[in-house]
Amino acid sequence: MSRKLRNRFLLIGGVTLIALYLLFGPFQFRDASGRITAQAIAANFTPSRLKKNLSENIKLGLDLRGGSHLILQVQTDDAVRSITAGNLEKARSILQQAGIKFTNITSPALGRIEVDLEDSAQIEDAKARITLDFGPGWTARNEGKRLIFEMKDEEMRDVRERATEQAMRIIEQRINAFGVAEPTIARHGPATGYQILLQLPGVDDPERVKNLIRAESRLELKLVHSGPYPSEEAARQAVGGTVPPDKEILPARERRRDPAAPPVQYYVVEKTPVITGDDLRNAQAVPSQAGGTVYEILFSLRPSGAERFYTATSANIGKNLAIILNNEIKSAPVIRDAIRDEGRIEGDFTKEEAEDLALTLRSGALPARVTYLEERTVGPSLGADSIRQGFAASIAGLAAITIFMLFYYRLSGVNAVIGLVLNLILLLAAMKIVGAVLTLPGIAGVALTIGMAVDANVLIFERIREELRNGKVPASAVALGFERAFTTIFDTNLTTIIAALFLFVFGTGPIRGFAVTLTAGLIANFFTAIFVSRAIFSWVLERQGGRPEALSI
Amino acid sequence: MYELIKTPNIDWIRLKRKFILVSLALLVLGGVSAFTRGFNLGIDFAGGTLVNVKFKDTPPPEDRLREALGKQGIDPGKVIIQPISDPISGIKNEVLIRLPQREAGQKAGSSVESDLDVEKRAILAALNTFNPPSEVATKVDLNTISRDRLREVFLTEDPLGLISASGRAAAELEYGRYADAIIRYRDQDQGGLLRDLADLRAVSGVPTALIQWMPQRFFAGNAAMISAEIVGPQIGQELRQRAISVTLASLVGMLIYIAFRFEWIYGVAAVIAIFHDVLVTLGIFSLVQKEISLNVVAALLTLVGYSVNDTIVIFDRVRENLRLRRREGLTKIVNDSINQTLSRTILTSGLTLLAVLSLYLFGGEVLSGFSLALLVGIIVGTYSTIAIASPIMLWWQTWQSQRQARRPVVRPKPAEATPSQKERRATASR
Repeated sequence: MSRKLRNRFLLIGGVTLIALYLLFGPFQFRDASGRITAQAIAANFTPSRLKKNLSENIKLGLDLRGGSHLILQVQTDDAVRSITAGNLEKARSILQQAGIKFTNITSPALGRIEVDLEDSAQIEDAKARITLDFGPGWTARNEGKRLIFEMKDEEMRDVRERATEQAMRIIEQRINAFGVAEPTIARHGPATGYQILLQLPGVDDPERVKNLIRAESRLELKLVHSGPYPSEEAARQAVGGTVPPDKEILPARERRRDPAAPPVQYYVVEKTPVITGDDLRNAQAVPSQAGGTVYEILFSLRPSGAERFYTATSANIGKNLAIILNNEIKSAPVIRDAIRDEGRIEGDFTKEEAEDLALTLRSGALPARVTYLEERTVGPSLGADSIRQGFAASIAGLAAITIFMLFYYRLSGVNAVIGLVLNLILLLAAMKIVGAVLTLPGIAGVALTIGMAVDANVLIFERIREELRNGKVPASAVALGFERAFTTIFDTNLTTIIAALFLFVFGTGPIRGFAVTLTAGLIANFFTAIFVSRAIFSWVLERQGGRPEALSI
Repeated sequence: MYELIKTPNIDWIRLKRKFILVSLALLVLGGVSAFTRGFNLGIDFAGGTLVNVKFKDTPPPEDRLREALGKQGIDPGKVIIQPISDPISGIKNEVLIRLPQREAGQKAGSSVESDLDVEKRAILAALNTFNPPSEVATKVDLNTISRDRLREVFLTEDPLGLISASGRAAAELEYGRYADAIIRYRDQDQGGLLRDLADLRAVSGVPTALIQWMPQRFFAGNAAMISAEIVGPQIGQELRQRAISVTLASLVGMLIYIAFRFEWIYGVAAVIAIFHDVLVTLGIFSLVQKEISLNVVAALLTLVGYSVNDTIVIFDRVRENLRLRRREGLTKIVNDSINQTLSRTILTSGLTLLAVLSLYLFGGEVLSGFSLALLVGIIVGTYSTIAIASPIMLWWQTWQSQRQARRPVVRPKPAEATPSQKERRATASR
């Protein structure tokens, strides 16, 4: 074998070995004591071990391994609305403090606040004071006695963007704590859609995850003014018929599983909370009694909150403190001692409820509601079916093409089949390198690649035949065939890669998997159809003394 | 050497009128169907709920399923029920249940999304009515339970007395393992459905006492949901727009690349041919009312890439022949180029067709639309290269050379002429 040809085969062999190692490795050559033994080496090559390594190296998409895929949208209007409402209150108090009289202050639209002043002479003063407070994100103008403040477009975009990013972080925390293996959490869709994509492998019942994400756990601790009362009306009567502006009436559902307890009671509580969820440092679910099935939540406070909590509890010993979750009183224990930084929420929770609640308390409140736009769940049994069917289809396609090539091109067909098999190995290795997942359309991509890979071989072979027909000797026919077919193969593969690129941009999940598989296959095809196939031809020609009279093609 | 076709000598270009008629007929037929009957858009684009349900035995008759769904508040007239069979084993025990996008309650943005899965839950409830009522009242369906729930039931009932014996934490671990093993056995060894609780004896690593206790609290239900897809209206609309814009963008991408590698008219001709392929394939999907899913769009985009292959192969040959045989007329060169590459064209299209055909036959329900689009597209794509792309390119070149011959004044100076223009003039001046 000539030196040039030997180097080529060394390169091909090297690439193949690396690809095989990527697919079936890593191998372990040392035994438990750290010595290299024949036994340890042999243990790498048992079928079960190779199969296990292969399945770890080629990651399967959700559609094949089973799992849930959710697209949710952050209702960023909520975030804009809450900022607008906050600014409205700020403007009101600024005007009141400055003694500027106004007849009306409203927010007729998102990011818009209108103030009607009594005296038009005070317009500039009011405008300056409020603008100073609102900051550069707002514009101010006046129409007569009416002052109009508007959130700038870029500020509004920023607010929405921040709300989405923050929601994503919180969701990520909740999902991670939930214990899903390898979740994907990413922005999705158009930039102004504020959508988040969630992929949760192995989760075949998305209900709990959805509830967990959507759960709004707002914890507030408020001092109890009086109660409990059997009805809301009774509570209102107790404070003289109308609720004072600094108090409110809240329902309490204590001990839900105790049949003797009244279903709902009402308390009158202070409106301003002592502590809110923002002051939490940690929250965790613990059984109420050791070994029991009823759970409660133990929480601890940050230093600043703990200070306030201590002041409030020490001043109110003997009174009740309402522990409020989402506007519902969970319990209203009597304050026996000044408490600094710990408390508990009792509420007859099951373990699951308590854990989810503790988790949502820990991760903080979502800045805006989320809604679900899309939900797809694939059970593991369907995934297994799909793998089986996709595999059967690929094998059937490969077999049909192999039989045809061997029949039609004789020995040169062997060349093409070697190229095909190598193409598949390289394709899978390339997917491992870029960390692409194999999806069901991806398997279709593999089957399609088999068809397209053979296209390059057919182009070359037909060209060689044509040259032979024109009276060329095999050696120059092969050389000319490869040379002439090269540009065609280059152009056809590249155009398909361009199409695959657009597919990648367009698709999510399974379709992206398809685009990646197709691209990897086409690139591998370049190597096998041109380089490997050529080397094999050269070797065949060389074995026949370099100038054979005939070629099996 | 076997040969399917000896290099033939067909005058393709003379057939161009007939080709145009055939293509027009196909386009008109598809177009009329698209405008009158429209497309059968899958839930990816139309929105809605699609659930794949597997039954232990033959599924109940369609009207009974419909009736059961109706009782859960689903309009039975709008439900589409499609039985499917496993392409390998041929067993017919699965059905696809599809519900269109809900129309009521779409007010002010989010009410549909916030109860996105109402229909899914209704379907689950309907399926439950096919189980014996006596079992449903007192027991839990092991075929629909999740691993977490199963563990939860074990923990509350504590049939093995593990909590009192070794404490709660240890019991949680232990029951978790048993729940894992049972669910894995159900999903992986039994294809998602247990026929009988007695089968659980085959699960390794679970104490016999637990298996024997299970029938007290569990039963093996008749059906399980093995996949569920719910797409809200907003996503459907976004995807529709994106599918169209990406397909057009990829056509432009092709146009630019081919124009860069050949001449711009080659690019235009190729892109018109591909556009024709996409339209004809869509027309056929409308004619047979096959569902257009996300996968079908992926297939169409692949088609865009694949269909251009044949065109490039022929154009490449034309380019080569133009260089070698300057004396001959362009029409003859194009004809010869098609003929010279014909055996290759038929072989590769045929071989790719073999691969796609095996996908269509064995790939299962999920891939059937995908492979049908490719199947149709490859055939049409091969035809359009010969029937559309080549005549357009030829017609333009002929028209150009005639125009240049008539009005030599506008011809650019030789020094400024690009090689392609030189080539064109070379062919034109014979």
